[in-house]
Amino acid sequence: MELWQLTIHEAHQLLIRRDISSVELTKAVLERISQVEDLVKAFITVTDELAIEQAKEADRRLKHMEDVTPLTGIPIAIKDNICTKGILTTAGSRILYNFKPPYDATVVEKLKKAGAVIIGKTNLDEFAMGSSTENSGFFPTRNPWDLNRVPGGSSGGSAAAVSAGECLGALGSDTGGSIRQPAAFCGVVGLKPTYGVVSRYGLIAFASSLDQIGPITKDVSDCALLLQFIAGHDPRDSTSIKMQTPKYVDALVPDVKGLRIGIPKEFYAQGVEKAVSSAVLKAVEELVEMGAEAIEVSTPTTDYALAAYYIIAPAEASSNLARYDGVQYGYRCKPTPNDIVAMYSRTRKEGFGREVKHRIMLGTYALSAGYYEAFYLRAQKVRTLIRRDFDRAFEKCDVLITPTAPSVAFKLGEKIDDPLQMKLSDVCTIPVNMAGLPAISIPCGFQDGLPIGMQIIGKLLDEATILRVSYAYEQKSGLRNLQPPLNTK
Amino acid sequence: MRLSREDVLHVAWLARLELDEEEVERFTWELNQILEHMEKLKELDVTDVEPTSHVIPMTNVFRPDVVNEPLPRDEVIANAPDATEEAFRVPRIVEES
Repeated sequence: MELWQLTIHEAHQLLIRRDISSVELTKAVLERISQVEDLVKAFITVTDELAIEQAKEADRRLKHMEDVTPLTGIPIAIKDNICTKGILTTAGSRILYNFKPPYDATVVEKLKKAGAVIIGKTNLDEFAMGSSTENSGFFPTRNPWDLNRVPGGSSGGSAAAVSAGECLGALGSDTGGSIRQPAAFCGVVGLKPTYGVVSRYGLIAFASSLDQIGPITKDVSDCALLLQFIAGHDPRDSTSIKMQTPKYVDALVPDVKGLRIGIPKEFYAQGVEKAVSSAVLKAVEELVEMGAEAIEVSTPTTDYALAAYYIIAPAEASSNLARYDGVQYGYRCKPTPNDIVAMYSRTRKEGFGREVKHRIMLGTYALSAGYYEAFYLRAQKVRTLIRRDFDRAFEKCDVLITPTAPSVAFKLGEKIDDPLQMKLSDVCTIPVNMAGLPAISIPCGFQDGLPIGMQIIGKLLDEATILRVSYAYEQKSGLRNLQPPLNTK
Repeated sequence: MRLSREDVLHVAWLARLELDEEEVERFTWELNQILEHMEKLKELDVTDVEPTSHVIPMTNVFRPDVVNEPLPRDEVIANAPDATEEAFRVPRIVEES
């Protein structure tokens, strides 16, 4: 096994035993990036010099065993909509083609403090709007399992980088499935925490009431570890929850005896491919064999979640993206028109891509005078109904299990001209964001050599239970640290 | 058709987004198509349902009113497409009297 194939917890053991140094590990990962990056295109920026510097500092900490954490010396990739001080942060948009933030996002600050090595910034759909990473303003990323297929999105760069061994773990962000769906497509683990568990300070805002940062990793243990280090209250994010962060790693116990699993039937209809639903239900059977109980439940309003989401998310986005006007940062049209409104409007025309403009238009319309009540307010009321559905389901069960996405990874170009089909690929993940619940995607099988993802949804703030169920299943199935064909060639 | 070409141009103006002719046509078609899909939301009875703006109910999140170190001005200005040493520069907004 190569060093770049290690999980975080495996590498940590080798680092503290001084079998390897962080510089060796980081160089192995950088070498891996130079080997496969032309094929995968997971990164917008590789921070090689900084990474080596941070690795040297980590080695110093490891040598003296001072401030050593399970992340010390571990190469981590960061989605490029998360601000990194002095390092290019584009959100996948041409309008931020040269933006170097003057500050670190709270999650980046926390990773640095833990001694992690920042290896680079990963590709995404522009402003995280998309499900395939094909909407990146720069280039599409490819799936390490099949280079003709998409890695999912919007955190496609992070998921592909983890899968291809171009980092040991990564951060993504999830507004409607953007961590879980690419994790499913790339055969890795991705967790969207409860809304408010991880600070959004320094996350370039898309839809503020839905956005949440979370880990993408090679197995469930790494997922709990990374979550541990990024969670916690932050006074700089007024929506972050004031609470003691639980010890997520304590949840890693392979025990599901007495656990009640809800199977919401609506999530298995809606164009979910047979191979996908069969694989997920087979995994549920295995959990039942281990002592869990499966109960059919119903969440009828979730059928309306997609429609409500495509009002709420664009509305919030149209407001959040008003700040890109060619004044404080990023792109400004040339030559600069003499009229300031013309300057704003042309800068935005030239700086934003097609999907982003589409959502700004939709969101602006939904919020405009005379339509606000018919669209935005109604969608927010539907959101309440969606939450109630989940509340009712959770009276009968401890977790819900569904497919993460209706299919395995699709081909590049297959859905890019069919916006509705593209959006349907988030049909199982969107309801979860609408209700603010935590959910994880873990691998549960394959269809024609492509990984299938299983989504485990928990009650508000019950990350521990979804981690425990995931860990139990992972131990039983052995589906962890999966190596795509690209890694074994 | 719910949205006319003029409506689309009005929304684009509200959004401060210049559109070319091809985009006007495309957005007129796309927005009408998606709004038709949104009609689905009218099937649900939302009488007396409170809207959800945030899932974790929080109001009036206060912190002590303490002055913190601001971001260094030169580092902030460094990102601007056009600036003086201490200010962002934009086209003239106020007419000379």
